[in-house]
Order: sequence, then structure tokens, then C-alpha cells
Amino acid sequence: MGKLLAVTGNQAMAEAMRQINPDVCAAYPITPSTEVMQRFSSFVADGAVDTELVTVESEHSAMSACIGAAAAGGRVMTATSSQGLALMWEMLHIASGNRIPIVLTLVNRALSAPLNIHGDHSDSMGARDCGWIQIYSENGQEAYDNLIQAVRIAEHEDVRLPAMVCMDGFIISHSIESMEYLDDQVVRDFIGSFTPTYPLLDNDNPVTYGPLVLPDYFIEFKKAQHEATMAARDVTLEVAKDFAKISGRSYGLFEDYKLDDADIALVILNSAAGTAKDVVDEFRNKGIKAGILKPRLFRPFPYEEVGDALKNTKAVAVLDRSDSYGGFGPGYMEIASALMINSSRPILINKIYGLGGRDFFPEHAGAVLNELKEIAATGNVKTFKEYIGYRD
Amino acid sequence: MKLKNWKELAIGSVVPEAGNADSYNTGSWRTFRPAIIEENCIQCLFCWIYCPDSSIIVEEEKMVGFDYEHCKGCGICADVCPGKKGKKAIEMAEEGK
Repeated sequence: MGKLLAVTGNQAMAEAMRQINPDVCAAYPITPSTEVMQRFSSFVADGAVDTELVTVESEHSAMSACIGAAAAGGRVMTATSSQGLALMWEMLHIASGNRIPIVLTLVNRALSAPLNIHGDHSDSMGARDCGWIQIYSENGQEAYDNLIQAVRIAEHEDVRLPAMVCMDGFIISHSIESMEYLDDQVVRDFIGSFTPTYPLLDNDNPVTYGPLVLPDYFIEFKKAQHEATMAARDVTLEVAKDFAKISGRSYGLFEDYKLDDADIALVILNSAAGTAKDVVDEFRNKGIKAGILKPRLFRPFPYEEVGDALKNTKAVAVLDRSDSYGGFGPGYMEIASALMINSSRPILINKIYGLGGRDFFPEHAGAVLNELKEIAATGNVKTFKEYIGYRD
Repeated sequence: MKLKNWKELAIGSVVPEAGNADSYNTGSWRTFRPAIIEENCIQCLFCWIYCPDSSIIVEEEKMVGFDYEHCKGCGICADVCPGKKGKKAIEMAEEGK
């Protein structure tokens, strides 16, 4: 087993990157990126990795350089946050459409305006249709574990897609927690070497990347991209199984917490799920059958499994730390779709919480669970979508 | 040509066969067509140098004609042609006339 240490989420991600030892990292080295890249650049300067670190003038250029390096045949990683991901947006599609397996650490932080910097999910949720695999992490340990697994998932020959591993800004990225690092050699054996599909630097087999594709072929490439994204579901499970062998920690498509016999449940991503679990324990102690579903793999979204996991509940609240203004929160839309698969389904409500880093306290989770209890008993819904934890 | 289905394509729209633009006919884009007037040609090969495509056919170091499958009729060859005694060796004529 590895070492037990007290570190921040940022440190953990930089450490995972050191162990992965990518060929190339291209990044915009200052804010809005968090200190993941700053710490990793120290490893580069100290000769602890073989990585070529390309510091560029913007995140748009960072992702462009990552795409070029990965197309050339390298194993490529980067990290960003908030506006940084927003500025990469155009190139995120180029990476996924070209089927280039870049692995990105995303520290989830709010998008401007108003200018914020604190933790919420508007950055990654805004990028959920960009064709990237998205994996969410509750704490530093999960983020570290997910980043190592993401390399295998992204590079798998049935997938060959970029992946982003998300963790909450500040709450996880800057907080110190105890966690376990795996041994360097264990990580390197686990990820193995990367064999690119069509490396541009293979001069004996010249290829063209990024050709013009007109209506006679475009949809065929998109169909193939969709199928590869869907394949990431099984690959994620297969990689998690191998990861359990080296770490003793098991991962699935999502985490179900006391969900088996639950009447009411919260669906909640990332760090707030930790807070909510304590509250669920309190409700269980009072004899109320409450549970939690914490999504892990958000793209591809495991609709059938989530639908099955929630079908016997009576009332469910999806708590979103981002919003689709004028619509439901992004998590709610996915869960509503997942519930359509079965004829028996719970009443589903949506709460928007914690935007721009507003704290999510146990009493917030408690109030939602009490409301769900009421809905489960009466079937009456006051409102399907509302903001919580704001001054009225 | 039978179009490939989604399973038959290289991933990520990569084109694995180098130089296959040659098999894509783009000559139909042309609205003006170059023509050679052989008696005015001094074989300077300016047309071959300046052609932004590869549509000037040269055999044994002599300009012998145009690749009309790919020539888009930009007229650069006619423009740069010095000809002989002020008379151009390449002239552009409207297609279909």
C-alpha cells in the first residue's frame, strides 16, 4: 500500500500527474487555473518528470497545444478552472471530435459575471455537451484516484476521447485532508504505455488531421463519436475493477449511499455529497429511510443504472450547484431522463444551491429531506424547482 | 463511389491515405478556363511555379497542359505568363462559351 498524507486537492492532483509522467502538458500557468499546474511545474523544474511543459498565453492556446501534442502521439494532460475552461470551449470540441485522449483536471469554480472564483459546477456543466468524458469527485482521494483511472479510460482503444476529472474549487482544491498516495511504480504499471492511433510524427505513415467534412460524412463521424462515448461506460467499470486491486478502493458509475430501501433520496455531486451523507445518517437514526445517489460518471451518463437505482423511491430531490437559467438544473435534466426508463418512478424536484461557493450546510440537506418526506406522504409538490440557501 | 458507413471510417476524421485529395474532383468549381497558345509559350514554367494547386502538367521539363479535374480557374497562370513579344501563352475563357 502507499503513503498516507495530509494534502490539498490541488497537491493530490499534481502528485497524480507526477506519477503519470505525461509527455506534454500545455497550460496557462496563472489564475483562473488553480495551483495544480504551479505545483506540477515545480516537478518539471526539478527534473522529477520527463514532461515538456508548454506555458502558453491563454487556455484556448493551452488546449490547442495539447491537441497538437496528443495528435503528434504524446500522452497529454492539463489543468484548468472556471473561465479557463470557458476559454477552452471551442478547442474542447476539437479534441473530442478528433478523438484525442487528453486528460484534464478541472477544479470546479463559478463562471463570471459577477466575478467570483469560488466553487460551483457552472464551468463543467457548461462544457457537458463538448464530447468529453466527465468524472466527478467528492474529495481529494477520489479526485486523485479518478485522475489515474481517467488516463486508462480516455486512452482505451474503444474510447479514445478526452476526459476531465472534476473536484470542487476551494472546498476540496485548497483544503487539507488525509489521503493515500499509491506507489509510483504501481501507478505506472496501472496506466501502462500509450500507443497512439494515428501519430502525426510517424513519418512512414503520414495522415491528415482536421479535414473539412461535408454533409456526406459528418454525421457518420458523430455517430462513431457517440458510440465511443457510450463505450466509456463499460470501460469505466472495467478500469475501476482493476483499480480496486491496486488500491482497495472501489468505484462505480455512481455511489449509492443507503439507497437500497430508501423512500426519499438526494442526488448530489461532489463535496456536498459528503455533508449530505451525515444528514442522511441522522434521518436514518430517526427511522426515516433516506439515501443518496452521488453521480460519478456524468458523461456518458448511466441512465439505465441510475433509473433502476431510484425506481423504488417515492420522492427525490436533485441538488444542482449550477443552473440552466430558465430551465431545470443540469443534474435534474439527467435524472429526469433516467427516470423515464422505468414506469414506476418517484416525484422529482430540483434545488439550486451553493452557487459561487455559498456554503452548503447540514441544515440545507435536512430541510430538503423533510420536504421530500412530506411529498412522499402527501404527493403534493409546492414547487418543482427553487433556489435554496439565499437571502430572501 | 460507394460511401463508407460510420464503422468503416478512421476515427476522429483522420485521413490515413496521404495525398488522396487527388481523387477528389474540384474542377467543377471553375468558371474561367485556362487555354494554352503554344506558339507563344517560351517554357519558362512560371505557370507551374505559381499555380496554387498542382494543375499545370509538365512532362520532360515542358509545360504540356492543364489538369482540368483540379484546376479551379483562378487565372494566376495567365496573369504571370510573360508569353512572347507581348502575346500571352495562357488565356482565360469563360466556361460553357
